[in-house]
Amino acid sequence: MDVFSSLMDGFATALTPMNFLYAVIGVVLGTAVGVLPGLGPAMTVALLLPVTQVLEPTSAFIMFAGIYYGGMYGGSTTSILLNTPGESSSVVTAIEGHKMAKAGRAAQALATAAIGSFVAGTIGTTLLAVCAPIVVKFAVSLGSPSYFAIMILALLAVTAVLGSSRLRGFASLGLGLAIGLVGMDSVTGQRRLTFGQPLLTDGLDIVVVAVAIFAVGEALWVAAHLRRTPANIIPVGQPWMRKQDWKRSWKPWLRGTVYGFPFGALPAGGAEIPTFLSYVTEKRLSKHPEEFGKGAIEGVAGPEAANNAAAAGTLTPLLAMGLPTNATAAVMLAAFTSYGIQPGPQLFESEGPLVWALIASLFIGNFLLLVINLPLAPLWAKLLQLPRPYLYAGILFFATLGAYSVNLQAFDLVILLALGALGFMMRRFGLPVLPLILGVILGPRVEGQLRKTLQLFGGDPSGLLSEPIAVGIYIIVAIILVWPLLLKLWRRSRPQAVPAGTAGPLPQDDQAQAGSDLRMAEADGGANDGSEMAEATGSTNQSVHARRRQEEP
Amino acid sequence: MSIIVGYVPSSEGVAALETAITEARKSQKLLVVVNSSRGDALVDRRYVQGDDIAAVADRLKAEGVEHLILQPVRGNGAASEVLQAADEHQADLIVIGLRKRTPVGKLIMGSTAQQILLEADCPILAVKAAPRN
Repeated sequence: MDVFSSLMDGFATALTPMNFLYAVIGVVLGTAVGVLPGLGPAMTVALLLPVTQVLEPTSAFIMFAGIYYGGMYGGSTTSILLNTPGESSSVVTAIEGHKMAKAGRAAQALATAAIGSFVAGTIGTTLLAVCAPIVVKFAVSLGSPSYFAIMILALLAVTAVLGSSRLRGFASLGLGLAIGLVGMDSVTGQRRLTFGQPLLTDGLDIVVVAVAIFAVGEALWVAAHLRRTPANIIPVGQPWMRKQDWKRSWKPWLRGTVYGFPFGALPAGGAEIPTFLSYVTEKRLSKHPEEFGKGAIEGVAGPEAANNAAAAGTLTPLLAMGLPTNATAAVMLAAFTSYGIQPGPQLFESEGPLVWALIASLFIGNFLLLVINLPLAPLWAKLLQLPRPYLYAGILFFATLGAYSVNLQAFDLVILLALGALGFMMRRFGLPVLPLILGVILGPRVEGQLRKTLQLFGGDPSGLLSEPIAVGIYIIVAIILVWPLLLKLWRRSRPQAVPAGTAGPLPQDDQAQAGSDLRMAEADGGANDGSEMAEATGSTNQSVHARRRQEEP
Repeated sequence: MSIIVGYVPSSEGVAALETAITEARKSQKLLVVVNSSRGDALVDRRYVQGDDIAAVADRLKAEGVEHLILQPVRGNGAASEVLQAADEHQADLIVIGLRKRTPVGKLIMGSTAQQILLEADCPILAVKAAPRN
């Protein structure tokens, strides 16, 4: 009952008027950026980092958590009404959701998405509260070799499993690790990649990097592709559901939650894969398979529940081990560090009140989101009529202000522009942004664990394999790396064989298999809904990609 | 020799279109319907698409007027698109819809109609929406 009493303390902290206000601000902002394609919670949190430096850490994190959950809710609105997913995790929602809206059932689609998100978010947050302390108990028993292995796994899995091109993923990861290297070596005090520039000795501020890549890069990209034929939005009334819709929705909600949470918690799980799996499962189990492809409510309920459960899942490794598995979590990790809080298994011990207030605020945020999303959906859709030049001008202004205010160094603005140009080029050449951000944020931590291990074992590399968990993880890493090569060889040896994935068992919690099942989901989606949607979905581990595909004629 | 009409899917826009059709039938001139968007927002309700634009085209066909529907999306405001179309098609008449705006609203939002009135070289027929019953 220790968890319960801590959680109640958390509620007491989160429900103070000020913290409640920040939760409200968070969910409203989060929904707004979720609705707008191209803006995401990661960018928003990065932009707010400098602004929130003056706040209590608890208030700031309550707001960030609201933004994160809000982004997950908001994405579905755009998917359903516009067929343009606001977030990569709601790409699947668009397949059935937009069809429903076209058939005049937009209200039901929005309702099942919002209520499903609430159900899944609440169950997911409960699981988070229960699981995180257990993971912590396990995590404190791990030594540096295991930590090093887990972080390597996280980096490689995000790079290799998600996204369409491994080469681009690794290129992006390499860039990120290189940026993370800039500055003074923590052990020997040597300067690395500073080019004789004294201002670089302290390294690049993570806030500046995140703001540059997410905000400036995206703004430049949008500015370069500003004009496009406006999409047709489907008018919507008040979201509501009939009795039959409830009957058809509740099982997909629960199944989506079951998929979402573990995948969110896994490194490289992310929210995209479980939404696919949920969609495919619902299609198989549905009593109305003929409706799939024409607007089946199950195809909206399941994936929307899955992406919210995944959001809760993502916070488990972040809070319990200091291990981010997506971009928003990575930026939140950076936020912990900038408050001088050391993320890791000791977080529950040292910052117990903060963590529990954060978890309690997730319950509150979920409830708030349901309240503001059900009646206000038509209002959120209006946000899409905003002329984008105004929007991006504002973002650039905040980005510049934020980057300058971190250290009050004009030099940071130069870095902001340089890295913003890098972010633009990455979008131009289709490099995913997530590996870069994870590389920048995790890179120095990976290095720290590696150095610690090597110091413990007197520089002997075999020390890296001294813990059984580490060895096990390296085997998984090897499988992830070798799997596609094996697949290629196998296909080449049997050229007439059916491409892997058109038939196969239902997925297990195994990352290597998740990759192949993703392809299966793509094949299924493609058969049904035209290849464009399936292609867009397959390649997204960043929302920008989903949108980019759609914007390019 | 043509008649230009700026069309948006609102009661003012419909009124303008109706008047323009009457004028075009009377004078047997080419009717150019301009419906544009800046294209900088993700959604623009004033940009007619799909079934709605087909309905307008059908209507014009049924009326038997020679017509041309232009839907430019190139980052220009509606006023400059109408003026440009008037220039290209040597318009003798531009038909526009006027809506009621408070002085403050006009100060903030500007006025497409005003810009067309001031800058066009041909006569302009400004139409108000039919009063609601």
